[in-house]
Amino acid sequence: MLIFTLASRNLFHDRVRLIATVVGIVFSIVLVTVQLGVFVSFERMITMMIDRAQVDLWIVPTETKSFEGSSLLTGRERFSALSVGGVSDVTPVIIGYASWRKPHGGGATPILVLGTPTGGGALQPWNVVEGNLADLSMPDAVAVDKSYFEQLGVLGLGASAEIGSQKARVVAITKGIRSFTTTPYVFTSLERARAYLNVPANKVNYFMVRLAPGADVAAVRKRLAVGLADAEVLTSDEFRSRSRLFWLSDTGAGAALLGSAILAVIVGTIIVAQTLYSSTKDHLREFATLRAIGSSRRYILTVILGQALLSAVIGFSIAASIGLALVKATTEAPLPIVMTPMLTLGLFVLTVVMCAIAAVSAIRVVTRIDPAMVFAR
Amino acid sequence: MTKTMIEATDIVKVLGEGAGRVDALKGINLSLVGGELTLLMGPSGSGKTTLLSVLGCMLSPTSGSVCIRGHSTIGLSPESLAQLRRENVGFVFQSYHLFPTLTAAENVRLALDVRGDRSPLARGKADKALATVGLSHRANAFPRELSGGEQQRVAVARAIVGDACVILADEPTAALDSENGHAVMTMLAEIAKDPARALFIVTHDPRIMPFADRILRIEDGRIVDDQRRDERTGTVHALKQAS
Repeated sequence: MLIFTLASRNLFHDRVRLIATVVGIVFSIVLVTVQLGVFVSFERMITMMIDRAQVDLWIVPTETKSFEGSSLLTGRERFSALSVGGVSDVTPVIIGYASWRKPHGGGATPILVLGTPTGGGALQPWNVVEGNLADLSMPDAVAVDKSYFEQLGVLGLGASAEIGSQKARVVAITKGIRSFTTTPYVFTSLERARAYLNVPANKVNYFMVRLAPGADVAAVRKRLAVGLADAEVLTSDEFRSRSRLFWLSDTGAGAALLGSAILAVIVGTIIVAQTLYSSTKDHLREFATLRAIGSSRRYILTVILGQALLSAVIGFSIAASIGLALVKATTEAPLPIVMTPMLTLGLFVLTVVMCAIAAVSAIRVVTRIDPAMVFAR
Repeated sequence: MTKTMIEATDIVKVLGEGAGRVDALKGINLSLVGGELTLLMGPSGSGKTTLLSVLGCMLSPTSGSVCIRGHSTIGLSPESLAQLRRENVGFVFQSYHLFPTLTAAENVRLALDVRGDRSPLARGKADKALATVGLSHRANAFPRELSGGEQQRVAVARAIVGDACVILADEPTAALDSENGHAVMTMLAEIAKDPARALFIVTHDPRIMPFADRILRIEDGRIVDDQRRDERTGTVHALKQAS
């Protein structure tokens, strides 16, 4: 259609301005991609353990804010839970921060010790690439992730270190289990975790509850809550929301990421608006001619929006390519950038909306155009 | 039987206000009929361009009315005026106002595109209009590749492609040398023979007077002289004489 030919030729006619426009869009969208990619990654990692556990309900100390930080349950909750009809399995979890003393006097680094009963229950280490999960039942046995080797001063299977002042020996190595806090997870048995973290006998941080097939989650939850003191029962979704809320909202981390993304959109919009505005000013006589020969306002707006849309498509294509390269480059990074199909689609819509908003100033100029200016000498 | 294509009645146009107020048109009455080429001549500041803008529905008169093929412009919104223009009026400008990023054929087709005519026939119409102005062989040339005379001929093709009943031209020969100016006027005079079309040209150029069927003179916002050439005898009759 001629209207789009006119829009595209106007756009490509001034290459310098087109480059400025595209650079503005690319800069903005890459920045947004990074921020939102990190945000999504952060969000996923925050709930990684809850997602991985695949249980129906969690018994947690009251006022627990996130998976990583909670006070202790008395341990009696397990028996109350097992006595409730519909409950099939109750698994204890101990989690807490400790200090990992690297072998050969290499200094200390904080770690997050995660202890669960060995033998294949919920929240066992996954993606084991070296060693054997069954070996976690051996004394002092721990599993660590390959990506933290350098941080932990570990060279491979069999490496020794100290947690607190107690021995630890690497018997299994996982791949891709990373913590959003950059503090490495160290998996071990429930008993070793209790020892490493000095958790009193019987006490634990959480109980993971699996229900019998066909059990009504809401009804079981209600019954579970009746006998609990200083503890509450959460569904996995509620626990995820609570963890997300704490890390993304309460700590300000999410606001910082989203704030940067919003700032990038604003800067991009201003750059595109400025270039579209000056392009429209330069073509004002042509728009006046269009108006003089009887074009409707809608026709002229379509030309301007066509230019904006075309800029968006070009800018987004380049930005998406750069974004994908960044995703690939950060796959092994402590906090990788994540791109999902929905995020990609959302970014495209954002680019189009950004360019459409940027076209507003140009549209304002054109809607006030006096067609009689074509007679000006 | 000649048909009135555009009729202006008691047109008054005041521009500016206060100390800057200018009475640009002071009661203009004018009818343009099909098959006639009318010239409007007058000194700078006499109101020529203002009258052209009013007749072309780009400026609304302060008072008075303009009717194009029976459609009054009184009270019409800018969008309705634009619609009236695209359906009835073709323009030829002194500085051509072609779109530099479009070819000659696309520039002509643009006049159809703004009317919503995007049918395959539109290309044929544009080709025919270019053939009428003798530029079929330059259809794919961009304005920068055309001479001034050729650009003006493309502009004429754009003005006639939509079968406008009124063609309004603003100094169409002013930017051309005498040879090209003569060629463009010969072409416009030929186009003006169509009884379904009235041609109205604003000019300073006395060389184009022989092409006119009717010559109007405007001074100080008033038409002071109106002469029509007899088609058969070639004699000139004064319809209104300067006092």
